[in-house]
Amino acid sequence: MAIPIDTADDTEGLRSEAFVVTMPPPRPRGALDDPLWVKLLVSGIGLLFLLLFILLPLLAVFTEALRRGVQTYLEALTEPDALAAIRLTLVVAAIAVPANLVFGVCAAWAITKHRFPGKSLLLTLIDLPFSVSPVISGLVYVLLFGAHGWFGSWLRDHGIHIVFAVPGLVLATVFVTFPFIARELIPLMQAQGRDEEEAAITLGASGWQTFRRVTLPNIRWGLLYGVLLCNARAMGEFGAVSVVSGHIRGETNTMPLHVEILYNEYNFVAAFAVASLLALLALVTLVLKSLLEWRYGAELAATRRR
Amino acid sequence: MAGRLTILPAWLRPERTVIPGLGLTLGVTVTYLTLIVLLPLAALALRPAELGLGGIWDAVTQPRVLAALRLSFGAALLGAGINAVFGLMVAWMLVRYDFPLKRVIDAIVDLPFALPTAVAGIALTSLYAPNGWVGQLLDPLGIKVAFTPLGVIVATTFIGLPFVVRTVQPVLEDLESELEEAAGSLGANRWETFSRVIFPLILPALLTGTALAFARAVGEYGSIIFIAGNMPMVSEIAPLLIVIKLEQFDYAGAAAIGLTMLVASFLILLMVNLLQRWSRRWSGE
Repeated sequence: MAIPIDTADDTEGLRSEAFVVTMPPPRPRGALDDPLWVKLLVSGIGLLFLLLFILLPLLAVFTEALRRGVQTYLEALTEPDALAAIRLTLVVAAIAVPANLVFGVCAAWAITKHRFPGKSLLLTLIDLPFSVSPVISGLVYVLLFGAHGWFGSWLRDHGIHIVFAVPGLVLATVFVTFPFIARELIPLMQAQGRDEEEAAITLGASGWQTFRRVTLPNIRWGLLYGVLLCNARAMGEFGAVSVVSGHIRGETNTMPLHVEILYNEYNFVAAFAVASLLALLALVTLVLKSLLEWRYGAELAATRRR
Repeated sequence: MAGRLTILPAWLRPERTVIPGLGLTLGVTVTYLTLIVLLPLAALALRPAELGLGGIWDAVTQPRVLAALRLSFGAALLGAGINAVFGLMVAWMLVRYDFPLKRVIDAIVDLPFALPTAVAGIALTSLYAPNGWVGQLLDPLGIKVAFTPLGVIVATTFIGLPFVVRTVQPVLEDLESELEEAAGSLGANRWETFSRVIFPLILPALLTGTALAFARAVGEYGSIIFIAGNMPMVSEIAPLLIVIKLEQFDYAGAAAIGLTMLVASFLILLMVNLLQRWSRRWSGE
């Protein structure tokens, strides 16, 4: 007789060895399985909701971008201001992501491999930027470095431009993406403990060798996962950079800001063309993220459970 | 280098481990945190002080500011509420049912995390504008979404969507089927099993996810400003008002609104932490 296995219910149980040895008892099905009409209703509403709020907006981006044909689409992307925006976005991400990578690794090393007072306070502070509105993330740097900011007049006297210039864009981006990598690494390295590192050090490895040969191979997929999410946010950030950018075409416009300018000029096709590149970036990020989760799910488990 | 902080009193001294690098890594962490996060936030906390307490109160209680705060918090709350209902259904569907393309649909739930907010903003606007794919269906019914407060709710629903699904999903997956079996063999029907056994167990996660969606939506800017129409007193959100004040060089006024929002989101975050502690006790971890 076939054992009734409700796959949806038992995927969790299959992972534990206990399940493999003991056979599931026969079940009172009425209480465990949703009636067919409930299944259809819940799936129908759920899928409609996802269609309406996720799939349609995504389709709209590409449809609007290609409305006037591929030729216009490509022209919109290769126009000098668009190219400048793409270049600036890449530059900002190329500074912000490595900076947060170094910070994330340092923070995770200090927090998970050592004990010191004030650790939970430090963890809370690292999470701070997640709970701050993007506009406020930009605002704080204007308050510091803007024309009427704390250091505004000093900066002006020395001819240093931060707000309405590239350094401001980098700072605001670093702020909003600050916790991403640390947040992936800390739970992962916490779960791995410090036995392996202690063994390596005891056997005579230096701190750096231990990190490179022992820790890094253990955390590489988690690290990549964090970098992926951090990069997506860094390239797509809008609110924070909008406040510090000053919207100078070809100079301080990142891709999302360029989308806004084009849209407000009713140049919809060009706006959606640039937007489609960002949407593509989001899709690639999702695909890579899912691949990492499926392939290295066990190694990322500590991260995903949060 | 080995983190020998001997100047510190004994109770503050770190516990000894053979692993080196505490001094270096903690030094980098604290310096970077201070420069990038703490110092700028200190400016936000101190800047409104130049207005005086009365000045801050006046800046925040102007009718236009109050209307914007009410819209930001109200639309965020409604969006989070919509996500609580439909997000639970999506999570249930993804955990309990089998259907084609399930993995793809599961993955695409995270899109609002990954899609830049400006892109989401213009996409939602083009959908819900009177001549858009969805807007033209609603227009004959007299429902206007784009350029009204309703549009703001659509945007807050969009960006909050993954929070509820991703918080409820793991809890549903970990639910022990023995509980449901017990309920079933004691004579409960499916609805009773759900409402009396399952729902109370996932309620803390559901509330946490809803609160996270709310907190994110309160400060949201990019996906809202395109669809909102930004009419003062009607469809103008608080973050936009901060931008407007900055453009008028009213730094202190902008900082006062920013500080109000920040304090509010800290209170929400505190609530989320309490909820999570409660849910951890609930699940007996």
